[in-house]
Amino acid sequence: MAYLKDLLLGFSLFQALPISVIYILTAAICAVVAIAAIAVVALVAVWFERKISAHMQCRLGPMYVGWHGVLQTAADGVKLFVKEDIIPATADKLLFILAPGIVFVGAMLSWVVIPLGPKMAATDLNIAVLYLLATSSVVAIGIIMAGWASHNKWSLYGSMRGAAQFLSYEIPTALFIIPPVLLAGSLRLGTIVDEQAGGFLGMGNWYVWNPFCLISFICYYVSTLAETNRIPFDLPESESELVSGFHVEYSGIRFSFFFMAEYADMFIVSALGVLLFLGGWHGPFGINHAFIYIAKVCALLFVTIWLRWTLPRLRIDQLMATCWKFLIPLGLINILGASFWMILTGKV
Amino acid sequence: MDALLHSLVFYILAFIVLGSAAYTAFSANLVRAAFSLLFTFFGLAGLYIYLGADFVGISQVIIYVGGILVLLLFGVMFTTNVSGQGTEKQTLQMKWGILFLVVLFLLLIPIAFITPWSVMPDAGSKALESSVSPIGVGLLTKYLLPFEIASLLLLIALIGAVVIARGEPKVRAEAAKEDTSAL
Repeated sequence: MAYLKDLLLGFSLFQALPISVIYILTAAICAVVAIAAIAVVALVAVWFERKISAHMQCRLGPMYVGWHGVLQTAADGVKLFVKEDIIPATADKLLFILAPGIVFVGAMLSWVVIPLGPKMAATDLNIAVLYLLATSSVVAIGIIMAGWASHNKWSLYGSMRGAAQFLSYEIPTALFIIPPVLLAGSLRLGTIVDEQAGGFLGMGNWYVWNPFCLISFICYYVSTLAETNRIPFDLPESESELVSGFHVEYSGIRFSFFFMAEYADMFIVSALGVLLFLGGWHGPFGINHAFIYIAKVCALLFVTIWLRWTLPRLRIDQLMATCWKFLIPLGLINILGASFWMILTGKV
Repeated sequence: MDALLHSLVFYILAFIVLGSAAYTAFSANLVRAAFSLLFTFFGLAGLYIYLGADFVGISQVIIYVGGILVLLLFGVMFTTNVSGQGTEKQTLQMKWGILFLVVLFLLLIPIAFITPWSVMPDAGSKALESSVSPIGVGLLTKYLLPFEIASLLLLIALIGAVVIARGEPKVRAEAAKEDTSAL
C-alpha cells in the first residue's frame, strides 16, 4: 500500500490532492484488487475442481466451452448473474440479503494481508497472523446468518453445525499456527517468510522440516479443512442429508457469493500454510518469485480437492471428537515441544 | 493523515458502534439483536486500532466475534421459537437503567479527559510499533499474578462446565446402561 501511495504521488495530477484523498484512493484500489483476485481465484479453482474430480472418476468434465472447458466457470457465472433472485416468503429478508455479503466481506478482509508474491500484499501488517485468525470468524457469522434467515430446517441444521464446528476448530488452527510464529519471533508474514530463506538447496530452512512444525503443518491443514467446510468436514452443507445445508434457499448471484467466498477461503488457508511452513516465495536454489509461491499454493489446493474426491464425510460426533480429544491436546503439547526445541537449539 | 480524515474515521466508527449497540438494546427481535452485535464488536475493534492498540483490537474480534458471538447465536437459536413467533423480551428497565447510566457516565467522563489518548500517526511519521511484545512481557512479569488468577478462574469455569454437562451420577449410570444396551 505504501508503494502504491508513492506511485500515485509520482503523478503530478495526484500531487495537488490532499494526502487523505490519496489514502482513500490507495485503499480503494487495494479493495478492488482484492475483489478481482477473489473472482479470478474462484474462476480458476472451480475449473480445477471440476476437471480434477472428473479425471479422478474417469470422466472428462467440462469440455465444450473453450479449450478443455476452461471458460465453463465464466459461462456459469454469467448464467448465475441473470438468474431469478428468489427470496423465500417466510425468510427474514434483511438478514437473508445481508448474509452472502458478510461471508464475502469476511473472505475479502483476509486478502488485505495475504501477499500474492514478494512485497505484493495490500498491507504488510505487523500482526497479520492474528488478523487472519480474526477475519476467518466473520465467515462463520455469515454462515449462521444465512442458515437462520432462510427459515428452513435444513439450513438451520447446517448453520448450527457450522457454528459448533467453527467454534471448535478455530482453537486448534490458532494453536498450530503458534510454532512457526515462535521460531520466526514475529507475527508479520513477510518476516516469517524471510526467516525461511536459504539452507540446503534453498529449501533447508523451510519450517516444515522442523519436527514440531511438521506436526503443526499437518494438523493446521486438517483444521483449516474443517474451518473452510471442505470434505471430509463439510457437515454444514452435507448434500446427502441437508440438501445443501446453510445455502439451500439461495440462488443466482447470492449463491455465487457463497461459492466464491468458499474458494477464496480455500486459497487463503493454502496461502497461509505456504507462507508459514513451506517457505513462501523461496524456491529451490535460492530462486524467489511470485510464481513459485503461487505454484506451491496451487499444489496445496490440489491436495484439498484430491481429499474431497477421495474421503467420505465424517459424522458430527467424530468431527468433534477429533478436535477436542486429539487436535487440541496435541496442539498444546506441540507448543511446549517447539518451545523446548528453541531453548535446546539456542534460539532464545 | 490529516485532521479531516482522522475525525472522519472516528465519527464513522463511533456511529457504527452506537447505532448497532442501540439496535441491539432496543430491538424486539432477539436474533437480529445478536447479529447487530457483530457491527458493534467490529466498530469497537476499529476504535481500538484507531487509538494504536492493534493487539487489543484484533483480540476483540477473535474473542468476541469468533467466540462469544458465535456461542451467543448458537444459544439464541435454541431459545427462540424457530417458527418465528415473537419472544417476550423486556426491553426497558427505566429506573435502574438511568441510575446505572448516570453512575457510569460520571465515572467515564473524568477518565476520558485525564487519559493521554494516542491516535494513529501522521502520514509523514513511521507506523506505530506493534503492541504485542510489550503486552506479552507485561503479562509474564509485572502483571503475572492477575494473569494467573484469571487463568485459574477460567480453569474453575471449565471444570464447572464439565461437571454440569456430566449430570447427576444416577442419571449418568442410567445413560451408560442405555448406551451399552443400544450396542
